Amino acid sequence: MEIDPFIFRLSIFILSIFIGYYVVWSVTPSLHTPLMSVTNAISSVIIVGAIIAGLSGNSESIFSTSNIFGFLAISLAAINIFGGFLVTQRMLQMYKKKKKKK
Amino acid sequence: MSENLSAIFYLISGILFILALRGLSSPETSRRGNFFGILGMIIAITVTFLSVGNFSSGFIYVLIFLLVGGLIGAFIAYKIPMTAMPELVAAFHSLVGLAAVFVAISAFLNPEAFGLGSQGNIKIGSLIEMSIGAAVGAITFSGSIIAFLKLRGIMSGSPITFKGQHYINLLLGLSIIILIYYLCATQSESFFWRIITISFLLGLLLIIPIGGADMPVVISMLNSYSGWAAAGIGFTLENSALIITGALVGSSGAILSYIMCKGMNRSFFNVILGGFGVVEKTSLSKGKEKKPVKRGNAEDAAFLMKNASSVIIVPGYGMAVAQAQHALREMVDTLKKNDIKVSYAIHPVAGRMPGHMNVLLAEANVPYDEVFELEEINNDFANADVAFVIGANDVTNPVAKTDPQSPIYGMPVLDVEKCKSVLFVKRSLSPGYAGVDNELFYRDNTLMLFADAKKMTEEIIKNLN
Repeated sequence: MEIDPFIFRLSIFILSIFIGYYVVWSVTPSLHTPLMSVTNAISSVIIVGAIIAGLSGNSESIFSTSNIFGFLAISLAAINIFGGFLVTQRMLQMYKKKKKKK
Repeated sequence: MSENLSAIFYLISGILFILALRGLSSPETSRRGNFFGILGMIIAITVTFLSVGNFSSGFIYVLIFLLVGGLIGAFIAYKIPMTAMPELVAAFHSLVGLAAVFVAISAFLNPEAFGLGSQGNIKIGSLIEMSIGAAVGAITFSGSIIAFLKLRGIMSGSPITFKGQHYINLLLGLSIIILIYYLCATQSESFFWRIITISFLLGLLLIIPIGGADMPVVISMLNSYSGWAAAGIGFTLENSALIITGALVGSSGAILSYIMCKGMNRSFFNVILGGFGVVEKTSLSKGKEKKPVKRGNAEDAAFLMKNASSVIIVPGYGMAVAQAQHALREMVDTLKKNDIKVSYAIHPVAGRMPGHMNVLLAEANVPYDEVFELEEINNDFANADVAFVIGANDVTNPVAKTDPQSPIYGMPVLDVEKCKSVLFVKRSLSPGYAGVDNELFYRDNTLMLFADAKKMTEEIIKNLN
């Protein structure tokens, strides 16, 4: 019997939880706020689903309910992607080391 | 683009996201990490465009909505003051949640586009996955809205509780599961809408009973939820980038929640069941008799610090409220000019979100190697001359170590009382969020500075010069 592709996705999922577990424990506590904003940005990769929905329409059905929800989701996710990465960048730029005395 | 090729690219962007989080292990590598994250996102979006390959009528609208969202996001990112980060993160969580709901809705209404079967005949597996994604997304959305309102001060930060609250939540949770079952059995649209509506309601009810100072846990928890919602949608779309990211974000939020709970010595369930500070009011009235405190002014504080050889600063939420971080840095600069050693001690739950104090200090140009976590610095208090507590309260209360009756007993606290003298900047003697009187106020070596944190710090600077 062939293995259901779902099992493969489940494997990826479970292994990623473990990766996440070890990677996040190694994040320094002083960067926990940037961690939250960057996880925000990357979880908005959900935009791929919204793009698929948005592109699916042909000229007659461009504003079908399904497409409209897709378009709205694109905007929401885009706010997060741009906002999340940029605000993370802004924060990280502020973390400076002590200037060495010359 | 063939499906296999795009799957490989999605995997690459998933790996780049892992590297983005990995970069945050130190401030030096963090900026490169963020770049990896951006790269991963660009790859994922580009691959999606190429693999759908339909550049006809819908394409232009996709671009327009993408740009509009992007511009709004960029504008917010540049404008937002650092003190508003907790609200911003809460707002962002709500957007991820809502986006997940919307994607699930479009997948439900147009399953052909996603290869999930046809309307009224969607694969059972996909149906379960998208309902879970939509339900968790909806909970994340409405919960984050409440968190946002509480953090922003639009809604009172005090917990709102009523009888039978937890049973209602339990009931709502169960009804979502039952509705998912019926949705799978009947494929009927109405069940799908009901699942979403009830989840919205559940999100509201889950966060309402949780009080202001527990917000670090709430934000982390919602962070985690937004990840699980994304993963649920990832399973629906059979997209590995989304599954990997969802799992990463989900576990990240869970770990942060755990760290925050540990910082308060409370179980996760204790926090989400809420109502802290309401139940514990009794212990507050018990210690109500007036005890003498030593009051001081900026002059006394300046004198004490000028004659110290080492000072430890303990910032808390009050510093954020008063926006005192810049003044504080100035004060520290003056002290350093007088060859006084200064370091900062940060409690894990100081502020309203994980790492809140660190970001504010970084904004005020405080070098990160002067800022220490609780475990790193707690032994140094015994050797320090002055502890300068600005806007923190419960996290310094020695009662947590001595009184098993106290609601905060067992919570890790900063050993501020071991310092030769303690300066306490506070607006009044009122107890902190936990509703516990701070024994530290009445000690002989404590000097209370009753004032707004920023004004007091500025006055101290004047007196130092």
